[in-house]
Amino acid sequence: MKLKLRFSRSQLCLPYAVFLILFVIAPLLVIIYYAFTNGQGKFTFDNFTNFFANSNTIGTLLYSLLLSLTTTVICLIIAYPTAYILARSGFKKQYVLLMLFILPMWINFTLRITALKEVLTVLEGNISLHPFLNSVIGMTYDFLPFMILPLYTSFLKLDKNLLEAASDLGANKFIVFLRVTLPLSVPGIVSGITMVLLPSMTNYVVLDMLYNSTYIMGSLIGSYFSAYDWHNGSMISLVLLIIIFIVTLVTNRFSDKDSDSRRTVL
Amino acid sequence: MKKAFSCVWLGIILALTYLPILIIAVYSFTDANMVGGSISSGSFENYINLFKNDELRNMIFGTVLLAVGSALLATILATLGAIGAHYSKRTQRAVLNVANQVPVVNADVVTGFSVCVLLIILLGIGKDTFVPLVIGHVVLCAPFVYLSIIPKLKQLDNNLYEAALDLGATPAQALFKVVLPQLIPGILSGFMLAVTLSLDDYFITTYTKPSTFDTISTYVVNATKGSQTEVKTALWALSTLIFLLVVIIVVVMNVLSARRKEKTKK
Repeated sequence: MKLKLRFSRSQLCLPYAVFLILFVIAPLLVIIYYAFTNGQGKFTFDNFTNFFANSNTIGTLLYSLLLSLTTTVICLIIAYPTAYILARSGFKKQYVLLMLFILPMWINFTLRITALKEVLTVLEGNISLHPFLNSVIGMTYDFLPFMILPLYTSFLKLDKNLLEAASDLGANKFIVFLRVTLPLSVPGIVSGITMVLLPSMTNYVVLDMLYNSTYIMGSLIGSYFSAYDWHNGSMISLVLLIIIFIVTLVTNRFSDKDSDSRRTVL
Repeated sequence: MKKAFSCVWLGIILALTYLPILIIAVYSFTDANMVGGSISSGSFENYINLFKNDELRNMIFGTVLLAVGSALLATILATLGAIGAHYSKRTQRAVLNVANQVPVVNADVVTGFSVCVLLIILLGIGKDTFVPLVIGHVVLCAPFVYLSIIPKLKQLDNNLYEAALDLGATPAQALFKVVLPQLIPGILSGFMLAVTLSLDDYFITTYTKPSTFDTISTYVVNATKGSQTEVKTALWALSTLIFLLVVIIVVVMNVLSARRKEKTKK
């Protein structure tokens, strides 16, 4: 009786399992298939050799990396002290304050970037003169909450007794930070980095809206999509998938299991 | 001194975060056609245009309908999926968790492109049927709903379910009257998250939408490329309304959850 019962309960996940297979796994397999075939359906490596032999596309890859690394570092520099202060300064209504920092991520990002663009136009005049700077500002503006949130969670978990113990044992404030606080916040740092690094390699709309006409990896997919070139589009998707896979493998080693806090505040 | 620095730092970051949104909000109530431009009088013209212009009204309505519809579908699928996975064997659960994680870590560009290639190019499902668009949005949202329900399932007291069975409830009754009610906070927050993700999406929408249909994101991106001032300033009004709505929702949710906590304390 009991066995039969458990069997029926676990069957509830069937629709979702089927859904995931059909619309998450299958599309990825199709991408792989398209990436290794040409218009005639023949197996080929050409899509990849063309990508890696072409200085333009390699330039795009490098530009994406530069842009996303710069954005990530700036987000980290701004978010780290912010999250630290929010979590540890003992403000009354700490949670309300955190909400103030997180709230913008529920406003449609295209509208936020439009607002930013208006302000940048007033400040700079012709914004197309500073494409890289503006893109970094735009991406930072867009993704900062996603960096603050995991950092805040990891600071909140930090055991105060450890800090006291360290200072009782003779460490000064700087050493306490360096040897206790910083290492314990690594999961937060890593999960924040993944949340900013990958989107800022692919979110080409921010660049488009701020008149930066240089391509990043995402723009390549966008332009192949407009050109109905599914094979090269799939090839770029696969390159991105591999990058994402590597980043995930690396970060999984650092992150702690239950702080998967991406966008989960409410 | 330290506290003063903390306050100043938080103040600066908050000011930078909200400055563009607030400037746009102020200008949305004037007749100016660009930020920094001359204001001759205050006006509600932008707000009136927002609802008088058929194109804008349909676009907003369509966006909301798509978000709520796909969030509902995602919530049903993912809730059943999470319950089923919770009572499944360990390996089955692990496989489901990994498949669920794919859209979470994947770049939205790649998710959108792969769904497009499978459904529209390979299977030939017409974009005009809205099927690829809705499926794309469910793929985007459902994994996050799943992730917000799993922790609630782990907190469940399994004895309650067994007790219900011992007292004569059928497995289905026990599931719907004992297990499901305890999951409601997770389901609700998952649903809210799904709605905001769908509202914020640009990439999946672009790759799967019918050419005549626009969501806020795709509409705004196209509008910034054009030079229609009336539409541009009406979008300022939209951005202000969304900002106010988000503030109200966040305040209400927090008051509600504070009350719930108070209740459980008593």
